[in-house]
Amino acid sequence: MTTLLYTTCLGLFCMLAEVLNLRKLLIPAVILGLSAIFVVNMQQWGITTPASIGSVSLSHMVKMDNFAIAFSGLAIVISILIFVLAANYYKDDQNHISDYLSIMVFVLCGALVMFSYNNMAMLFLGIEILSISLYIMAGSRRFDTRSNESGMKYFLMGAFASGFLLFGIALIYGASGTFELEGITKYIAAGEVAPMFYLGVTLLLFAMLFKVSAVPFHFWSPDVYEGAPALITAFMSTLVKVAAFAALYRLFSHCLGGTMYYVEPLLIIVTGATIIVGNVTALSQINVKRILAYSGIAHAGYMLLGVLSSQTNAASSVFFYAAAYAIATVGLFALAIMTFKSNFSENVDAFNGLAKKNPVAAALISIFMLSLAGIPPFAGFLGKYYIFSEAIRNGYVTLTLFAVINSIIAVYYYLKVIIAMYSQPANDKPMVVHPTYMVVAIICAAATIGLTLVPDMLMQILK
Amino acid sequence: MENTLQAVPQNWYLVLSTLLFCIGIMGVLFRRNAIIILMCIELMLNSVNLLLVSFSAYSGNSDGQVFVFFIMVVAAAEVAVGLALMMSIYRNAASTDINVLNKLKW
Repeated sequence: MTTLLYTTCLGLFCMLAEVLNLRKLLIPAVILGLSAIFVVNMQQWGITTPASIGSVSLSHMVKMDNFAIAFSGLAIVISILIFVLAANYYKDDQNHISDYLSIMVFVLCGALVMFSYNNMAMLFLGIEILSISLYIMAGSRRFDTRSNESGMKYFLMGAFASGFLLFGIALIYGASGTFELEGITKYIAAGEVAPMFYLGVTLLLFAMLFKVSAVPFHFWSPDVYEGAPALITAFMSTLVKVAAFAALYRLFSHCLGGTMYYVEPLLIIVTGATIIVGNVTALSQINVKRILAYSGIAHAGYMLLGVLSSQTNAASSVFFYAAAYAIATVGLFALAIMTFKSNFSENVDAFNGLAKKNPVAAALISIFMLSLAGIPPFAGFLGKYYIFSEAIRNGYVTLTLFAVINSIIAVYYYLKVIIAMYSQPANDKPMVVHPTYMVVAIICAAATIGLTLVPDMLMQILK
Repeated sequence: MENTLQAVPQNWYLVLSTLLFCIGIMGVLFRRNAIIILMCIELMLNSVNLLLVSFSAYSGNSDGQVFVFFIMVVAAAEVAVGLALMMSIYRNAASTDINVLNKLKW
């Protein structure tokens, strides 16, 4: 709870920094602040006293269990990396930097709420804090029609999905008489579940599947990712996806587990469709942001396997997978932003001959691509391994085989970028290297390899 | 207050708000003007408000009514952001028709 409180204060500080004329100090201050918040967050590990402000107990609203703390830690680390990138990315836009940073900190606040909610009201508020901030950020290049379009599409579809979320919550409330997760669990366990409740669960699930961009609710994601500024795309495809997944997982592990038999067929179909549509559509893309959007959809499918296995505590597998995916994607975006800026293009051919111009960057991009493709010895491989073995333990053998076949298809489009870097002739545009991007990429590469050295530790933390 | 609400059977509220919700969905799916779509989304949210208030009144549990305030606040924030985005599109494209949103495809 203190994590959320401090993060909100940090967001407010960013807004004030504009008034106090502290723009120069802003990014270091935010990074320092987030590091301190990370420490505070981790200190709560294992403490089971209910959250409270003063003497007011908040346990009906939020519950900082280990699940929430682990995901909050991951989210804060991702945000720190993104803020390091922001230092150079917004170098030419100093007038608005405090607005951008404060809104991005508020996105993190929304994510923190989504990790720790213990009440449907908090789920709704978390999703909305995160989404409304993102609508603004996606449309933040005001004079670029593509950014406008991206923000508007995200807004219209996101608000539409919120309607379904709310109707679902209202029906669940009508049937069970409570918004609290424990109360709803008790209601399901009591056995007399009204048809209205099932309708509510279905609508709620639709809205959540929209937020994680699962097929058939994925149409917004490639458009929004392509049109939004690259840094925001990085933010959306890592932090936001992790937050949406953690919220969906928490929903099933803490609350709707008893209705799993009812939603299972639907979830299986959605998972299969998400994996194949994401991978197959990515094959024909030429815009790198779009490729990553479709790859994000495919990864959402793999993570849905983890949600399907939520009854046997697959939290660690989902956490490991989310961490491996998010870290590789942040690193990839760090170098991709640099390449985009040097070539004034966001297509695959911007990477042509990168290996000759900057061998280090090319090698790092290859590491991230191979990790995302799930090739050993990188973290992405172990993440897939854990998710798949968890799914097989729960009896989803056919679905897992299907996922494995699809992850082989995925290698094709990841290799497309690697081939462009290593075997295409270089163009004459020089590669402008900025140290912050390289530092972030190197940290992410180290983490991508480092995660494979301590998998047991990470796999045990959420047991 | 509660008696007046309960003079109407609860199912009627359910039917009415479901109808309003469906009208909202249809509006979002079939209208082309971004402002009308926004109004239809508001209609969806308000049908949820009605539903929550009626459930709350019938079960004698005030949680639902508090939730309505959350929805109102969020809807207001959403409208503010949505209209701002619409303004910036209108400045660039001189239209609020969502068919101008066709730069990003495949």
